[in-house]
Amino acid sequence: MRPTHHHPSPVARQRAAYRRRQTVRSVLVAAASTGVLGTLLVIAVTGAPGWHRVRQSFLDAGIARAALPEVAAGLWLNVRLLVFCALGALAVGLAVSLLRTLRGPVFFPVRALATGYTYTFRGLPLIIVLYVFTLGVPGLRLQGTPPVLVLGGLALVLVYGGYLAEVFRAGIESVHPSQLAAARSLGLTYRQTMRYVVLPQAIRRVAPPLLNDVVALQKDVGLVSLAGPIDAVRAAQIATAETFNYTPYIVAGVLFVLLAIPLIAVTDWVTLRAARRQAAR
Amino acid sequence: MTPPVLRCRALRKAYGGQVVLDNLDLDVAEHEVVALIGASGSGKSTLLRCVNLLEDLDDGTIHLDGDHITDPRVDPDLVRRRMGIVFQAYNLFPHLRVLDNITLAPIRVHRRPRAEAEAQARDLLARVGLAEKAEDYPDRLSGGQQQRVAIVRALVNSPRLLLLDEVTSALDPELVGEVLTMIRDLKAEGMTMVLATHEMGFAREVADRVCFLDGGRVLEEGPPERVLGEPTEPRTRQFLRRIVEAGRL
Repeated sequence: MRPTHHHPSPVARQRAAYRRRQTVRSVLVAAASTGVLGTLLVIAVTGAPGWHRVRQSFLDAGIARAALPEVAAGLWLNVRLLVFCALGALAVGLAVSLLRTLRGPVFFPVRALATGYTYTFRGLPLIIVLYVFTLGVPGLRLQGTPPVLVLGGLALVLVYGGYLAEVFRAGIESVHPSQLAAARSLGLTYRQTMRYVVLPQAIRRVAPPLLNDVVALQKDVGLVSLAGPIDAVRAAQIATAETFNYTPYIVAGVLFVLLAIPLIAVTDWVTLRAARRQAAR
Repeated sequence: MTPPVLRCRALRKAYGGQVVLDNLDLDVAEHEVVALIGASGSGKSTLLRCVNLLEDLDDGTIHLDGDHITDPRVDPDLVRRRMGIVFQAYNLFPHLRVLDNITLAPIRVHRRPRAEAEAQARDLLARVGLAEKAEDYPDRLSGGQQQRVAIVRALVNSPRLLLLDEVTSALDPELVGEVLTMIRDLKAEGMTMVLATHEMGFAREVADRVCFLDGGRVLEEGPPERVLGEPTEPRTRQFLRRIVEAGRL
């Protein structure tokens, strides 16, 4: 490529000017329609006959301030649980998806177990698994039973591991057989082929759906509060019961959204990058 | 007498009811270049994939340097390390840089030190004029460049036998030459090769022997001038006539 000083022809200049005018027009139209819609929404909500009562019981600034420390303390539990459960579920999911790809008669029981696991735990409602783990397991009164928080975390890992295993498996199966043929033809063993050729491509491809499931997990970790530990939502519930005002729930909701924003932003960024890589190919 | 590098006897392979290899025999001597020609579906690719043990045979035996490699007790991974195969669609690993594509097998399979493997890879890349592409990802390269990388990748294992499966069929016409030049150089160095090809002119030039495959067997074989110039079998003549009509000879 030789660097040249290109002087656009009159036609090109006209085209560029036209496109600029169109862009300005679209921005103005978008701003106007957003303003109109926003105004209509505000009028509809604040003009509703019950608006005054709703504002009192959901948007009380004083109660929000009072509830914030408790709810934030609960949220810290959510964050800690999320980190451990996400790592655990990713590890379980990857391991199970790999077990499901094993061939050969020796591995039949392993394969059958892995398949049975994904069927069972994707089918079971999370709340039932949580109850079994946090209420049923301690009921056995075995020596060294871990605390309820750990048991609840295990339940979450098992359920989400089942979903993530299927996401990983979809990724593994999306790698074209010709890649396996090329790797095996170089003398790589099945394990080496998985490790160096298939998994790197598979994980890159399924990173967006994997992160999406982690975002969903972020909301579900709070369900361990059913067994006692106080998370953000449970803390809000307690505060609500004390004041007969729902504002603490709104506080918890806002905190959850703030917590989700970075994770969702990462997901979008990874998705966009994957799409660009695909387009370059 | 030393055994041939490759000896195929009575190979048979069927997909469902479709017989792709039918009692096929083929010997390849050391330093010999054998070109497989024939219509699509005549069994050229299947034969190469069976030799590389990427496909299971239904019947027959394959020997590599006198070793029976289709014995079920043989570890196919060890056999594949002794030969290389290059595919029509290159099959480079898109997530690895050119250099890492080439050094993957030397480092992971042959356990050679990374620095040594990379030095050898860079040297081979330089010899085919791709030195400055070592750090690029495959999707930044042209088809011809990718195929040359794929050939280099197959060569770092120092294979006894190189299998080339229509390596120029996916290339734009102006890129075919650079790949053929590379194969020509390999012949000059004495590499034993079996190549499935549609490039009759190239087969005539580089091959010591041309085998015409038809219906899953070697119907006619001999020196290129004879098979391509004065074929005796009617099917061979018919095939070559079509090739000439398509302007490929």
